[in-house]
Amino acid sequence: MPRVELTRHLYQFFPDLEGEQIEVAGATVAEVLAALEERAPGIGFYVCDERGRIRQHVNVFVGTERVQDRTTLTDPVPPGAAVHIIQALSGG
Amino acid sequence: MSERILVGTRKGTFFVERSNGAWSARLAGHHGAGVNYVARDPNTGTIWAALGHGHWGAKLSSSTDGGATFEDAPQIAYPEGARHYLPPPPSETGEGEGAPTLKEATLLKLWCMAFGGDGRIWCGTIPGGLFSSTDGGASFELCRGLWDHESRGGDVTDGPGNGGTKWFGTPAAEGEFAPGLHSIEVDPRDPNRLLVAISTAGVFETADGGATWEVRNDGLVMEYAPDPTDVWAGHDPHLIQMCKSDPDHVWMQNHCGVFYSSDGAKSWKEVSQKDKGVHFGFPVVADPNDGRTAWLVPGHSDMKRVTVDGSLFVARTTDGGESWEQLRGGLPQELAYDVVYRHAFDLGGDSLAFGTTTGNLYVSDDRGESWAAVAHNLPPVYSVRFG
Repeated sequence: MPRVELTRHLYQFFPDLEGEQIEVAGATVAEVLAALEERAPGIGFYVCDERGRIRQHVNVFVGTERVQDRTTLTDPVPPGAAVHIIQALSGG
Repeated sequence: MSERILVGTRKGTFFVERSNGAWSARLAGHHGAGVNYVARDPNTGTIWAALGHGHWGAKLSSSTDGGATFEDAPQIAYPEGARHYLPPPPSETGEGEGAPTLKEATLLKLWCMAFGGDGRIWCGTIPGGLFSSTDGGASFELCRGLWDHESRGGDVTDGPGNGGTKWFGTPAAEGEFAPGLHSIEVDPRDPNRLLVAISTAGVFETADGGATWEVRNDGLVMEYAPDPTDVWAGHDPHLIQMCKSDPDHVWMQNHCGVFYSSDGAKSWKEVSQKDKGVHFGFPVVADPNDGRTAWLVPGHSDMKRVTVDGSLFVARTTDGGESWEQLRGGLPQELAYDVVYRHAFDLGGDSLAFGTTTGNLYVSDDRGESWAAVAHNLPPVYSVRFG
């Protein structure tokens, strides 16, 4: 199953996840995020807006590749891949 | 006298409490997060905080234990199909260019909250939304009557509506040039009568709990418009507040002056007094017991959003804006560049308090005659509410 790696910023809102190995089922970014939401209700609205799009200042990587489809989240996630959710650094 | 002040800042929620006659501030929650508004629901005692997390979006937070702990509340989100016309943003050459564009709405900012006598909880947002909860905050619903107002294009869920919007935007939006609903005044006589104010559209009134709305911009002056008194000139109220005991008396600090209504916002009269520094600013406080009394913390002008001559004063009228006095006791009179945002000035009993962009918090226990700084190094202050 894919492994989700969260920026530590998100632990301040979801402290129960800190130190946890987060493995969830899913073959696309959308499926992984839906499974993550089941694990930590509410986290989806931190990562995406109410239209399901990745927030402007959030980055999601599958492995080392930044996801390309930020609107419908169709990028594939191979079994065992790491999905990184981090805040986008825009400089400053 | 009121004993606690809830303070929302750019970096967290602070409580300022009085003990043995002395005020002291402490961090209460949301450490490091932007807190646009904090207020206590008088119906339930729940403390609500409207957060702006930057990367992670706008979030509602609440405390049911008096502020000891805060948790994420059920979140406000624009429902599927909620679209709106987005005005073109200002360009380098001045006003926006081109036609407004239809866009799906997403929550950019939670900006203010209000609590009706019927237990209803109201929240104002950017882009120009009014949400309400009838179940104590377990769920919030977009007020379609205002969202679909004809001045905004009508119902554009499935089509172009009437083709455009008369609403403009505010740079206070996070990332877009969208309108912002910052003032919600519930009539204490009737919880179905509300006034709301929007930057930049003006004032709207409902008498049926939000189903239908009438614009209330008569008498406002938009000095940068070709026709300054046009009802749709792009009026920019910065805040409105009604007198709690005499709600037909309504006060407004506007981008283009100070306005007062004695007929429930049916008409407005400009009551600026530039020689007393009363014209530009953000907040206004209406005396809950005397409709003709109000307080402001003026700024120099929209071009210079700083204090007048580097000295800080509060302006007060007791005659419906016929005259204003400057109250300077205890406030810094040189090298003071405090700006007071629209929600950062409040009254509780005979006490007044305001917080500033430079992290100062000032309290008066004598209706503004004299002031004491009770905190100097807070983050920039967005919201001050007794509670």
